Amino acid sequence: MKQVIVKNLVKKFGAFVANDHLSFEVEQGEIFGFLGANGAGKTTTIRILCGLSAPTSGEVKVATYDIYTQREQIKKHIGYMSQKFSLYNDLSISENIRLYGGIYGLSRKAIKEKIEEYIEKLQLKEYQTLKVFDLPLGVKQKLAFLVAIIHNPPIVFLDEPTGGVDPITRRQFWEMLYEEANNGKTIFVTTHYMDEAEYCHRVSIMVDGKIAALDTPEALKQKYKADSIEKVFIKLARG
Amino acid sequence: MRIFIIKEFLQIIRDRRSLLILFGIPVVQILLFGFALKSEMKNVHLAIFDQSKDAYSQEISRKMLASGYFILDRNLANAQEMDDVFREGKVREILVFGNNFGEELEKNGNAKIQIITDASDPNTANIVYSYTQAIINDYLMEINATTIKPLMINIETQMRYNPELKSVFMFVPGIITIILMLVSTMMTSISITKEKEMGTMEVLLVSPVKPWQIIMGKVVPYVILSFISAIIILMISYFVFLMPFAGSLGLLLLETILFIVLALSLGVFISTVSKTQQVAMLLSMFALLLPTILLSGFIFPVKNMPEILIWISHLLPPKWFVIIIKNIMIKGNGFMLVWKETAILVGMTILFISLSIKKFKVRLE
Repeated sequence: MKQVIVKNLVKKFGAFVANDHLSFEVEQGEIFGFLGANGAGKTTTIRILCGLSAPTSGEVKVATYDIYTQREQIKKHIGYMSQKFSLYNDLSISENIRLYGGIYGLSRKAIKEKIEEYIEKLQLKEYQTLKVFDLPLGVKQKLAFLVAIIHNPPIVFLDEPTGGVDPITRRQFWEMLYEEANNGKTIFVTTHYMDEAEYCHRVSIMVDGKIAALDTPEALKQKYKADSIEKVFIKLARG
Repeated sequence: MRIFIIKEFLQIIRDRRSLLILFGIPVVQILLFGFALKSEMKNVHLAIFDQSKDAYSQEISRKMLASGYFILDRNLANAQEMDDVFREGKVREILVFGNNFGEELEKNGNAKIQIITDASDPNTANIVYSYTQAIINDYLMEINATTIKPLMINIETQMRYNPELKSVFMFVPGIITIILMLVSTMMTSISITKEKEMGTMEVLLVSPVKPWQIIMGKVVPYVILSFISAIIILMISYFVFLMPFAGSLGLLLLETILFIVLALSLGVFISTVSKTQQVAMLLSMFALLLPTILLSGFIFPVKNMPEILIWISHLLPPKWFVIIIKNIMIKGNGFMLVWKETAILVGMTILFISLSIKKFKVRLE
């Protein structure tokens, strides 16, 4: 089943074309990497897919729902984690979980179970009553991810989730993503760390509002005769 | 929506700064203004300018000094001296008898006394004036008991330096207004832009929560807290400063809620046009708070301002609210006498709410 279907998506801001006839599909259980330089248009695309922004034209379906007519359904069936971690710094871990659980309509009992599950998973027992503000960055980020999928959506969008985090924690974070993907969750992730792109099942590289390449990391490296995605990216970006 | 309100409460209560703004500042301000304006009412320095020097004028002067409230600073010989004594600052009141005071009183049964007070300390001026009035009335009763034809003395007052006689009574409406403005507008606009800055607003917008629920979740806690704050100010002014309360409490509270909603919708509007907390804060401070303090008639009388400033003051919501509170609290007017101001506030509220909704939608596209 396809979790994202995009056909000829165009987004214009006045005369500026941020997304120029994009077409791609994302399969269920796939980790789909969305790469591009700053200003290449990836944030615009992710905002459209999440319903934060309306496309100028084109066909877009997310989690089998149509972006024009079923926006409310989409909101219930996607998870979203922004670059800024999106947790409330001045609330404790369990208060954050309770809030987001409540927003997505989880029952009190379900929320309680989630709190226990997450604290167990991230080994946060001693941090439980701490405010999020006092947590290490890596823990914050993992918690933000778990909170983003608290309602068990089939697809989750991650907008540069690993900004400013050290390589070891990034590695742990990606292990979490793999685990979720193996359980059938679709993961749509933007990043500017090229080494992370290598972990994705498939990668799309955007240049100037267009998709310049889309394939598995291996296939891309072969096609562009490069030994890393970073080199592929540089070749494409220079045209 | 309930969880939002709980969350917002938790956040406010944890933030000491917010609590201070909500409750600390109002209490300190009202106490400061109140006590600074209150003073001891004994041995007030009095100057007498008696141009008649007859039995009546001298008896009144004697009674004034015998009351214990006044001590004679000096007798004045001419009108020029009046300005000088006030400028020296010790004398609070000058009692002026006209040329033929006793004669007129006997002939016409009616004479004039002029009381001039230094109203730069408005409370003192007010109290001094009412003491004098009481002493003169006493004296009249005394002499009228023995004469057949009742005698009258017209008291003419002149307040120097602060003709509007601003005192703690006058400051209370201003302080309530400013506090509500500060708390409601600034705090909501800041707390909404904070969510934008932290990125949590995006997450909320992606979730199935409706925008109006997000806004309500923000607004409801502040309505409640600002309302409590307003009640504290009212209680202090009533119990500590014995502020008169002539009108209907229910009406006043309803108008207060209306003004809070107005200030909040203004805050929401500010947050839709500003990206960061700093911008929101600056907008609320400089675009709202300063004009509010300067132009709402809270400190400077609007009447004496240039035409253009008077026009600008009409555009400021606080001005109308100050009028409403003064009318209800001090004059005891009912709704029929404040409906015009109320209508203006309702109109402004609707304007800001519709502007915010429009802006909010634009941002989503």
